Amino acid sequence: MKYMLLIYQNTQAWEALPDEERTKIMNEAGDLMQELQESGEWVGGEGLAHVSAAKTVKLRGGVPAVTDGPFIEAKEHLAGYLTVDCETEQRAIDIAARWPDARHWAMEVRAVMGGGGEEM
Amino acid sequence: MTGGPTEDLLRAQAPQVLGALVRRYGHFDACEDAVQEALLAAAVQWPEQGVPENPRGWLITVASRRLTDQLRSEESRRRREEAAAAAEPRVPAHVSQQDDTLMLLFLCCHPALTPPSQIALTLRAVGGLTTAQIASAFLVPETTMAQRISRAKQRIKAAGGGFDVGVERIGAVLHVLYLIFNEGYTATSGADLRRGELTGEAIRLAREVLRLLPDDGEVVGLLALMLLTDARSRARTGPDGGLVPLAEQDRSRWDRRSIQEGVALITAALARAPLGPYQLQAAIAALHAEAERAEDTDWRQIAELYRLLDAFAPGPMVTLNRAVAVGMADGPKAGLDLLATLDGDERLASHHRLDAVRAHLLEMAGDSAAAREAYLTAARRTTSTPERRYLESRAARM
Repeated sequence: MKYMLLIYQNTQAWEALPDEERTKIMNEAGDLMQELQESGEWVGGEGLAHVSAAKTVKLRGGVPAVTDGPFIEAKEHLAGYLTVDCETEQRAIDIAARWPDARHWAMEVRAVMGGGGEEM
Repeated sequence: MTGGPTEDLLRAQAPQVLGALVRRYGHFDACEDAVQEALLAAAVQWPEQGVPENPRGWLITVASRRLTDQLRSEESRRRREEAAAAAEPRVPAHVSQQDDTLMLLFLCCHPALTPPSQIALTLRAVGGLTTAQIASAFLVPETTMAQRISRAKQRIKAAGGGFDVGVERIGAVLHVLYLIFNEGYTATSGADLRRGELTGEAIRLAREVLRLLPDDGEVVGLLALMLLTDARSRARTGPDGGLVPLAEQDRSRWDRRSIQEGVALITAALARAPLGPYQLQAAIAALHAEAERAEDTDWRQIAELYRLLDAFAPGPMVTLNRAVAVGMADGPKAGLDLLATLDGDERLASHHRLDAVRAHLLEMAGDSAAAREAYLTAARRTTSTPERRYLESRAARM
């Protein structure tokens, strides 16, 4: 079963962290990524550019309206994601708990919809 | 099967060649790599230079050469590193003419492995598929699948997986083949490769197992179940890719040949072999397949078979299916009563199938409001896009 683990960050708090802690977070994330690749559970993942560079696009009356900034105003923003293919939801939760951002902010675990289905 | 003649030939040879190497040298993990390399070399050379006179001999020779090169270089490295290398020399047994496919299957379905690893290793070592093909069938990157396979082999090595395992592991093998089949059968998109490759491979391997264990009723049952299920594959999705429920399928699109073969197999097995869960499921599938119209379905007998199945292999999913059959045979109230016995069952908590079945039974009972709620709950819970579409449109009809 594939799960997407959404990484939430508070960008202000991120910037206010001591440099060592930021390095530590990056290293831990890198190590965990490596571990997931080795275990054969890694499917993919990306980090996202700073939220201030986000553009929100809406189409209204056939006309695109583009505004600066994220769609939802909140303190925490999506900073990246990883997708894992693991056996149970609990395993995905355990991985999320070990992702360093979970210590400071939060990870959201979402099952990925698949194309397969049983006729009923 | 998608492969050309060379690929089919290679795939058929894969377990034979690997078996010969493992018998001669031991080292399942290293042999598996060497065979994979030999298969790749053949896939490149044979179409250009022609198929050698003795394809299996060619593959065994090439794979043995790769293997001994590899073992030798490991050996010398170890010598350099440790001075006292004592890799136990394996005495080469006579070149075995016996069929090692079963032994390989038992090894690939080693209990120390997780089901995804068992599946991946089975498809590669016995099925002769490449890592890239397996990765694309399971929609994961090739590196991920490669890692899964290599870890699986390490585990087998660590667990001391020898070649002499008993036939009692046949249950695990059948389970893995059924998982491979279902992965392919339930695919609705992206899908010709996944569907054809995986269902076809599962059926091919089940035939192999049956050839080697012709008296095992459960092997017959599994093959019959796959054939009878696969026979419906063209009718189970509509032109828009949506799922078509069994009752609404165009039965003229069912594959008659598969049905005939499946029915013949299961009929013969039921007459002579001890009963088992795969045979019961195949018998149920045969009853569906034999009904010319949905309303001709012998639900009473299906309900009875599910009752037996519940005794053989009890589980909430069996009870769930039984509730459908009982609902069809004795009316929705009886089905809903049976379903109520599953309330609070943790194994099914938040599983969409429970809500989906309840929704169908409530719809039959004429309780549209409750049916709608149950359809929507099921739609929220499924992780399958086509199932969600189906359940939402069902809810919208209420």
